[in-house]
Amino acid sequence: MPIQYYIILAAALFCIGVVGVLIRRNAIIIFMCIELMLNSVNLLLVAFSKMQYTPANGNKSLALNIGSDAQIFVFFIMVVAAAEVSVGLAIIVMMYRNVHSTDVNFLNRLKN
Amino acid sequence: MVYLVPLFPLLGFLLNGIFRKSLSKSLVGIIGCGSILASFIVSVILFSEVMSGGALAVQPLFQFINVHDFKIDFAFQADQLSSLFLLIITGVGFLIHVYSTSYMHDEAEEHFARYFSYLNLFVFSMLLLVLGANYVIMFIGWEGVGLCSYLLIGYWFKNDGYNYAAKKAFVMNRIGDLGFLLGIFWLLSKLGTANYSDVFANVSHLSPTDITGITVLLFIGAMGKSAQIPLYTWLPDAMAGPTPVSALIHAATMVTAGIYMVARSNALYSLSAVAENLVAVVGIATALFSATIAIKQNDIKKVLAYSTVSQLGYMFLGLGVGAYTGSVFHVMTHAFFKALLFLGAGSVIHAIHNQQDIRYMGGLKKYLPVTHLTFLIGCIAIAGIPPFSGFFSKDEILAAAYAANPIYWVLGVIGAGMTAFYMFRLYATTFLGEFRGTEEQKHHLHESPAAITIPLIILAVLAFAGGFVNVPEVLGGHEELHHFLSPVLTTEPAHELDHNTELTLMGVSVIVAFLSGAFALIKYSKKPELDEPKGLGKVLANKWYIDELYDAMIVNPVIALGSFFKNVIEKSGIDGFVNGIGTFIQYSSRRLRLVQNGKVGTYILFMVFSMIVLWLIFWNQTTITNFFQKIF
Repeated sequence: MPIQYYIILAAALFCIGVVGVLIRRNAIIIFMCIELMLNSVNLLLVAFSKMQYTPANGNKSLALNIGSDAQIFVFFIMVVAAAEVSVGLAIIVMMYRNVHSTDVNFLNRLKN
Repeated sequence: MVYLVPLFPLLGFLLNGIFRKSLSKSLVGIIGCGSILASFIVSVILFSEVMSGGALAVQPLFQFINVHDFKIDFAFQADQLSSLFLLIITGVGFLIHVYSTSYMHDEAEEHFARYFSYLNLFVFSMLLLVLGANYVIMFIGWEGVGLCSYLLIGYWFKNDGYNYAAKKAFVMNRIGDLGFLLGIFWLLSKLGTANYSDVFANVSHLSPTDITGITVLLFIGAMGKSAQIPLYTWLPDAMAGPTPVSALIHAATMVTAGIYMVARSNALYSLSAVAENLVAVVGIATALFSATIAIKQNDIKKVLAYSTVSQLGYMFLGLGVGAYTGSVFHVMTHAFFKALLFLGAGSVIHAIHNQQDIRYMGGLKKYLPVTHLTFLIGCIAIAGIPPFSGFFSKDEILAAAYAANPIYWVLGVIGAGMTAFYMFRLYATTFLGEFRGTEEQKHHLHESPAAITIPLIILAVLAFAGGFVNVPEVLGGHEELHHFLSPVLTTEPAHELDHNTELTLMGVSVIVAFLSGAFALIKYSKKPELDEPKGLGKVLANKWYIDELYDAMIVNPVIALGSFFKNVIEKSGIDGFVNGIGTFIQYSSRRLRLVQNGKVGTYILFMVFSMIVLWLIFWNQTTITNFFQKIF
């Protein structure tokens, strides 16, 4: 499968994420859109890493663990993202407890 | 030893200037007069050394300008010409200083000291001008006297009119100075040196165009400093200063600078017929023109001022026709009798409580006997009646003028007639007839104190006897001054007139002067001119409307241009631009402030847009760089 498919898919996911962040007001949905963007990047990372290298001399033993770096990297990103989600959700919960709303536009006290 | 001459006045200036608030009046007077007296004594010693043939060398003090191979020394040169001028400046200057101690005694202490410090600085600058061994040092003194005249004319700085007169003097002088400076630059660019000795030894390296250009430019400087047409109008206005200052400007310093400069540069002037003719024509024109104005002036000092302008015109006529000795001689005699006349006028003004209008004087003969007698001697001397000093000097100039061109002589004699006329008109209106002032003034009329009368008497003796140093051969004299100055004035042409012609010329000029003087004396002693003049007289009384003409032609257009720049270019142009930037920033930031609305979505939107823009820029980096390279 050519790399373009992966790129287009990742770009589409990223744009959906961006638009979601921009137009939605619900903090939880915005949060989900952020995760979407993050994961579109992860997808791209894995795709590039897998497709980037073809051994020129045909040495198959080398090819076995080629492209696995990024996958490991992506696992780490997911772990960090999970931690981040827990913090973010905690913030949203606290926000809901205080203002009984998850509307981000309601919290505009920091202006001026 | 030469450096001592200007050193004393400089010290006097510094002492009086720095300690002006703590010194008492008598101490200020002692410092002021003493410094000039000391330099007078040194000048006398120098003069006698020069007479006996010594002390001629140029004495360098230090290097003033030293750039690569271009060097200008700060050097003094005491030769025949400069030592003679030293005597005039310090001698007459000293008398004026003594006179001032009494004349200015009513001033507050610190102003009194300020006055004397300026006076000393004035003498110092003039000495520098005369003593300098090159044109650059001369220029320093040249500027110094200009500055001091400004300071002293505007001495009573609370009076706006006086300040205006001071500014006028300064600006007019600056116009002339520009010409002088350009002349020096031209000389330096051609010869690479400004030393008199080097310049005069190398005149053959200059092309005729260079010589004409340099001499004409130098003469423009002399026009400003010595008040010749068209730059003369500052001198009559300079009467705003205290009377002794007028005497100092007119007799000992300042206005003689131009004469000195041209006489000093005789080696250059004698090579350019154009410059010589220019000098002569400007001189005779000024002599006649200002004599006509002097006839109708009613301010005692104004009459004397215009007579100075007129006499300076004679001196330039003499320089133009090559009678350098005659001109220097006339500078000397003129210094005596003009200082005498001014100080006499000051004595009159002092006695009559600051009244300067001769229509309110009259009959002062019996109240001010000493002033009257000395003033009369001054009048006779300036009118050119033998054997008073003015006769000898003026006659020498006129004889040389006749030898050059008889028309100059005819005009000169007419001018001499007018001189006698306005001087005796002044004398008759002031001293003869009945007193026309108020009763109170009449009650207070008194002869001036000794500090005023003694300088008057000394100057009167000099004005009487000063002419005997250069009695022409035709009258049985030996022309001592001529022989004394001949080493410096090398290019002076020899006298070509035979004795009969010369005697006739003398006779005619004396008769003209005598008749017009006697006519004025008879006319104005009986019936002084009190009404406002009409017709031509009104034009003369208004100085041919020259000031108005200058105002209309030069001053007002320049002021209009200035106010155009001030009101239009500055206000709407420069101010508009600067204020516009401020207004624009205030306006745009008021609009931009609304962007911070506290909504997270908006912020993120901006972030996204900015990233897209940055990405676009980054992507098209080379195109953009090329584009800017093409522009700049």
